[in-house]
Amino acid sequence: MMKKSGIILYSHGGALNMELNIHFHKENNILKVFIEGEIDTFTAPKLRDELEAIDIDSLVFIELDLSKVVYMDSTGLGVIVAIYKKVTRQDGNLKLVGLSNRLERLFAITGLSELMNIEADVKVV
Amino acid sequence: MEQLLRDYKQFLSDYITNLKEQNLYNGQNYVRQLIQKNVAPEDVINIHRKAVDEIFDGLPESLSHAYDFLIEVMVQYGLKTREHQSLLVQKEELRIEMDIAARIQNILLKTTIPKLEKLDIGMISEPIRKMNGDYVHFIYDERNDLSVAVADVVGKGVPAALCMSMVKNGLETLEYGNYEPSYILQVLNRIIEKSVDDGMFVSSFYGRYDLEKGILTYSSAGHEPALYFNSNDGSFYDLESKGLLLGVMPEVKYPQFNIQLEENDFIMIVTDGVTEIRNYEVAESRKLLKEIAFTLRHLSAQEMCEKIYVELQRLQDYNLNDDFTIVILKK
Repeated sequence: MMKKSGIILYSHGGALNMELNIHFHKENNILKVFIEGEIDTFTAPKLRDELEAIDIDSLVFIELDLSKVVYMDSTGLGVIVAIYKKVTRQDGNLKLVGLSNRLERLFAITGLSELMNIEADVKVV
Repeated sequence: MEQLLRDYKQFLSDYITNLKEQNLYNGQNYVRQLIQKNVAPEDVINIHRKAVDEIFDGLPESLSHAYDFLIEVMVQYGLKTREHQSLLVQKEELRIEMDIAARIQNILLKTTIPKLEKLDIGMISEPIRKMNGDYVHFIYDERNDLSVAVADVVGKGVPAALCMSMVKNGLETLEYGNYEPSYILQVLNRIIEKSVDDGMFVSSFYGRYDLEKGILTYSSAGHEPALYFNSNDGSFYDLESKGLLLGVMPEVKYPQFNIQLEENDFIMIVTDGVTEIRNYEVAESRKLLKEIAFTLRHLSAQEMCEKIYVELQRLQDYNLNDDFTIVILKK
């Protein structure tokens, strides 16, 4: 199953455009979600809707790949926490992979890395 | 409607006779009047049909049917237009309610800064929208302790403001109990976890300063680490503390730390709106913040807060993208 969705938003000046792309890739009962772009106040609702639509019961493992996320603010963090709580409630497993240094710090400061299954970006910079 | 028909007929026949720019212009002005009077699009076509009928002494039957058809079609346009107008009215009503809500929030969440001899306190808290998602609460009690809570709720606008009122109520209920900072965060966490939805949470720093001994006891829930300036060695230290955000899990314990302040030492508590500068790595922006604060260290705590705000605004072309709060406690 491959699904693709994306939104493009323009600021009033039209100079800045923020894009968020989400791809799903399912193999057996493991769902990999590739998130690409900026997760902020404008794009977070899109991500929330996509993640909420996942049928958790049919899956054993959900992996969010954040290696292509260039920016995430606290609204984005809220979306991740919400899906984490939902998956945990339904006895599923959620794992975050490919976190940049910046994201790793965000999860560390908020205490979330103690709670969630997180794998930092293994790429050698 | 009769008057409208007469006017329209005049403009139309003038145009048919002269075909002048001025006649078209008159027609355009006339339509503006119709819009102001809320005349529906299908009624305008009906007026046109009657005017044509009168100017040409009757319409061929087939053309008359064609007009009937167009009028029916335009009824849908009319419905949409009226819907749009009613939305505009609703939007205006919402705007007025928002203004009132923002005013109430400003009154409810107004921070009073205690004036103390043994501690110089400064604060700035600037919302990015009408309602502030950051909140600062000071408590000075008879045991000669000064407590400060700095909270930042995820998200902005109305939901954030409602959540913040809950934090304020929690803090006020707890303030008479002589509790430790770690315990206060533990209780706040329980309150928020019970009442908000899954994606909503709050980060908070809570500190209690003993004015006699000069000791700050602090605890943090997922908050940007506060900065401690040691005037003796002239360096800054990050007050790291691993505590989970408030509202994520039901039962959470928060670690608590003590720090002894000496003369001219200060503590700077910030929200992520201060350190999250787009295009800057957080480490860089914290470094920048320390450099700015260092050059201002001779000023009063309040002056420092204001000057740092101005400087960070200037560096970001006066275009901050989050609520901005700094509290400075200076011995």
